[in-house]
Amino acid sequence: MSQELKNSNYSQDSSFQEKLYKYILTIADNSLILGQRMGELCGHGPSLETDIACTNISLDLLGQVRSYYQYAAKIAGDGRTEDTIAMLRKEREYVNVLLVEQPNTDFAYTMARHFFFDVFHEMFLEKLTKSKDLTLAAIAEKSLKEVRYHVRFSSDWIKRLGDGTEESHTRMQAAIDDLWPYTDELFHQTEACKAMMESGIGVDTEALRDNYYQQVAEILTEATLEVPENNYFHKGGKEGIHTEHMGYILAELQYMQRTYPGMEW
Amino acid sequence: MKNNSVHIESHLIATLSSVPDPEIPVLTVLDLGVIREAVEKDNTVFIKLTPTYSGCPAMDVIADDLKAAFANEGKTAEVTLILSPAWSTDWISEEGLQKMEAYGIARPLSETHDKEVLLGGKKLVKCPQCGSTETNLVSQFGSTPCKALFKCESCQEPFDYFKCLR
Repeated sequence: MSQELKNSNYSQDSSFQEKLYKYILTIADNSLILGQRMGELCGHGPSLETDIACTNISLDLLGQVRSYYQYAAKIAGDGRTEDTIAMLRKEREYVNVLLVEQPNTDFAYTMARHFFFDVFHEMFLEKLTKSKDLTLAAIAEKSLKEVRYHVRFSSDWIKRLGDGTEESHTRMQAAIDDLWPYTDELFHQTEACKAMMESGIGVDTEALRDNYYQQVAEILTEATLEVPENNYFHKGGKEGIHTEHMGYILAELQYMQRTYPGMEW
Repeated sequence: MKNNSVHIESHLIATLSSVPDPEIPVLTVLDLGVIREAVEKDNTVFIKLTPTYSGCPAMDVIADDLKAAFANEGKTAEVTLILSPAWSTDWISEEGLQKMEAYGIARPLSETHDKEVLLGGKKLVKCPQCGSTETNLVSQFGSTPCKALFKCESCQEPFDYFKCLR
């Protein structure tokens, strides 16, 4: 089934199109890789209900990714499809933030990673609904309704584990401390991001930073967790430089399409 | 039905209402409010379909079922997915809500009440089996993305609640 694409009145020059294409991937790759990570919990969640919740969230994210990649494929206009964009790129061509590729070390890490992303994701989509690009605005409007449920879910677990037993508190604090250095990259603007922001298409992520850390701190405090003071931050994912984990994710994600090219089921 | 901006040609309604939602088969695609436009031109029916949730696998099945239903009448159907305006549970018809309840799924509450239940743990969702509101949230995500899982403390039955989406 094809997706309706809104006509947008911007120039057709190729350098602009290339930046728009890259910008769409900058948004969508986060959801693809996080969706893949959450999907790993299918059959391995700590309880049946949580297992179903994590895979439902994964499904939401992958559904959103399809809309973005279909649009990116249309912009590329050279035979690329949503599937080739998702499955057949090399590691350096993925531009997701390092946060989303971090592993499911334990359930505290899974929820902390999701929480750090969700709070950003909701704020980001709220701004993207105002984009001059009507296709991106429509995807954002749709996704936002789903992401509001994700924020509730992960925030709830931060509080439950943070303000739970001594063991759950210690493990959640460890996850928060370990993943904290990956949060600042969410706001980093690449060349493509800057160009799209200047055209009224992209979101000014730098402007979201203060509000983000304030909202995160409120929930951590409610969860009786300490807000980390460390201000050394990792970055590189948005430029295609990933952590060691990324290769393993792609090996699993791409295996079928690499082994049996064009396979469908 | 608060189906603003819906345009469905009346002679297509009978066929459209023969296509059920694959996950909740008591509901037709019209009850669900996912068909936003259906017009026929030269034996081809052009349908605009909006997803309930982005990743809902039922959408591909619905598109195939629509094509099959019109193919039976010797017509071709072209289905396009549209995202804006985004689907809302307000678009489910009253008849649809009643069928849903009879099928064992609790209907969506208002947005305010939905939040009080899912975040504040209030007991407002009515058990579709026994009608009691002594119900507890088990999980915010149920058997499909659109539902949450509940348990009735009165009759002890687990049931799905259709989440409010606005």
